[in-house]
Amino acid sequence: MSIIIKALTHIYDKGTPNETVALDHIDLEIASGEFVGLIGHTGSGKSTLIQQMNGLLKPTAGDIIVNNLEITKGLELPKKQRKKYAAERKKQLIEVRKKVGLVFQYPEYQLFEETVEKDIAFGPQNLGLVESHVKQRVMDAMALVGMDYETYKDKSPFELSGGQKRRVAIAGVLAMKPDVLILDEPTAGLDPQGRDEILGQLKTLHDQEQLTVIIVSHSMEDMAKIANRLIVMNQGKVVLDGTPKDVFKEIETLEAIGLAVPQISYLIRALNEKGFALPDDIITVQGAIDAIQNVLEKRAK
Amino acid sequence: MIKAENLYFRYTEGEAETPFALNGVNLEIKEGEFVVIIGHNGSGKSTLSKLMNGIHTPTEGRIVIDGIDTSNEDQIWEIRKRAGMVFQNPDNQLVATIVEEDVAFGPENLGLPSEEIRHRVDEALDTVHMSAYKRKAPHHLSGGQKQRVAIAGILAMKPKCIIFDEPTAMLDPSGRKEVVQTIEHLNKNEKITVIHITHYMDEAIHADRVLVMDRGKIVMEGTPKQVFSKVDELRALGLDVPQVTLVSHKLKTMGYAVSDENLTVDELVAELCRLS
Amino acid sequence: MLRDITIGQYYSVDSPVHRMDPRFKIIASMLFLVSLFLIEDMLAYLLVIAFIGAVIYKSKIPVKYVIRGLKPVFMLIIFAFLINIFLTPGEEKVSFWIFTVSIEGITRAFFMAFRLILLIVGTSLLTLCTSPIELTDGIEYLLNPMKRIGLPAHELAMMMTIALRFIPTLLEETDKIMKAQMARGADFESGNIMKRAKALIPLLVPLFISAFRRADELAMAMEARCYRGGEGRTRLKVLKYTSLDAIGAGIVAVYFVACIIV
Repeated sequence: MSIIIKALTHIYDKGTPNETVALDHIDLEIASGEFVGLIGHTGSGKSTLIQQMNGLLKPTAGDIIVNNLEITKGLELPKKQRKKYAAERKKQLIEVRKKVGLVFQYPEYQLFEETVEKDIAFGPQNLGLVESHVKQRVMDAMALVGMDYETYKDKSPFELSGGQKRRVAIAGVLAMKPDVLILDEPTAGLDPQGRDEILGQLKTLHDQEQLTVIIVSHSMEDMAKIANRLIVMNQGKVVLDGTPKDVFKEIETLEAIGLAVPQISYLIRALNEKGFALPDDIITVQGAIDAIQNVLEKRAK
Repeated sequence: MIKAENLYFRYTEGEAETPFALNGVNLEIKEGEFVVIIGHNGSGKSTLSKLMNGIHTPTEGRIVIDGIDTSNEDQIWEIRKRAGMVFQNPDNQLVATIVEEDVAFGPENLGLPSEEIRHRVDEALDTVHMSAYKRKAPHHLSGGQKQRVAIAGILAMKPKCIIFDEPTAMLDPSGRKEVVQTIEHLNKNEKITVIHITHYMDEAIHADRVLVMDRGKIVMEGTPKQVFSKVDELRALGLDVPQVTLVSHKLKTMGYAVSDENLTVDELVAELCRLS
Repeated sequence: MLRDITIGQYYSVDSPVHRMDPRFKIIASMLFLVSLFLIEDMLAYLLVIAFIGAVIYKSKIPVKYVIRGLKPVFMLIIFAFLINIFLTPGEEKVSFWIFTVSIEGITRAFFMAFRLILLIVGTSLLTLCTSPIELTDGIEYLLNPMKRIGLPAHELAMMMTIALRFIPTLLEETDKIMKAQMARGADFESGNIMKRAKALIPLLVPLFISAFRRADELAMAMEARCYRGGEGRTRLKVLKYTSLDAIGAGIVAVYFVACIIV
């Protein structure tokens, strides 16, 4: 299950005075099993990019190939010739949306059913599964987000707390059994505890269910903790792409595009300016403590 | 400025009685102070803010704003004039289709003459650096800009005190920065008493005083340094601590002579340099 | 993008017509509509066309833009035209099956179609030259005397303002919820009417819930800003008639009298 993006360009309101280039010749390849953090400030194009991966937007130019399905096939042709591919595209999109689950920002605002069970069942039902399979999927999905099936299945989603509502919404996407899970700021508006719970569950999903996970986030601290690859976007382009350790070394580049670096990176840099000679790829609190201890002990001797 | 005595509050009384959202809160906020209230969702911090503006009245106990008891219904508009409130969702507190018309909404409600309104609107937009956008439609602004317009709308009513109810929760980092800087400016330069409610710990660093709430009670109180040094207690309450404070705390428990009250990178670096 | 749709299609340029007081423009538009039903013959129609032409010229709005506003009602105009052509009794000219066409029918059909066109052009000129917020203000002022008979003028105007403020927000939200449900396999595009109507439930329920939540929060925010109805409220901008409105009033008066005479 891989996602290949070639020279992808997306322009909103093309040909009007409001014309905005949201994506500008993006080339990316996301391999199966990766845990990707997609970072950029508002308007950098990251939301447009994830909608493209799910076929919700038609690109202005370029190709997207999801699991060998070329969902952009024929889009570059003139309108009349495009028809030939329309039926095929529709079939492919259904296939792609099964494989690529997309959780929008504040997903709890999409809940609409009377009970938690019915709401989570919406996706699998759209896939045309038989009742018993739907039920099994609902149970599995609820287990994945840590909600007890019997306790919550008959509750109204609107009675739940904010964090629980969000988990129901995520379960609604997980019930589609996607291979790739994309989440747009899954922790927005949650308090630290709610945030840690959601991130912990996503980590488990990635490690145990072998899901490819792509998280759009503003929080460098969170991404430093869980992602194994970071993609930084600015003005519709990918500016940095690599492991968190490599990306956070680029403090100047990140600051220049208005992004903050974890406080730890600043600490390490400041200490190194004072001659501490710490490794420059430390990104976690524990890593910093170990390295500082190391230096202090050496100096004590 | 604000004084709460033995404050209890629950949302519904009678048969479908809900548990107390506020469970005996005592507090006093002085004029000109910058107080940050932190706590996880459901800790009662938002409820408390809504009692400070007379949106809710206490079930038991009393809360006095600038000498006026909020249970005094005749004075409710006077209280709201003196203690303004900025809410979490920037979209759901702007009323008008044009920025300056929105900022004028409060003064219009106060029945001021139109020259005075004009003057206050211009001044308020200037304070939050949004004058360039005064003829724009709110839905074309970013989250941080909308929130600054909302702040201007409150400023134009010339309050003595502003209560910020999680104004940064829905913003991205740059929007948060804009809003936090505006809040700090209002306290420092415009001498407005600020009560800032948030669950981002780093927004509390410049406060005069930090209150930590849990289950409807104030469980910790002190300067940012005093509060943040209690790393284990904060974590038990489901709250974050700045990374630097965390590093300092751990080094201290490991036996190094490091203060656990460090909040900024520079403070910790200075100490570590002294150590070696 | 969805959020750039505006109600009432205001055309933002600076022209004498734009600068006129909204109250005057509303009254003038009403008089114009009345005048359309007073006129009967060719000469009067020419007068009306000359008048509206002059207003369009002065408003600096491209004629093409005004004409474009007729598109959505084009079918209606054709329909009115055909009804009149076939169903007006008179001296028979051509006839086939159950239809007869008469000279009276043809003239009446032309007049009717023109009347409709002018009606739409007249009203759309009002919205093209007056921003929604001015329009609301104007309506509030004009309805003020009706307060005595219990008409909530201020409340109506406030409702209009809030609706205008939230239409873009809700459109954006609709777009987002729709995409989110599509990501869960919802299909809004295929199937018969029943199926499509049913497919809208996952869109409409969250949308309504969100609208109520917004209304609730907005009400709280408005009260926190000392809103207590229209009583004792002042305005940032006080509407003032200017010499421009006086000139306008003169022209409209002459036009109206001319319409009655002709």
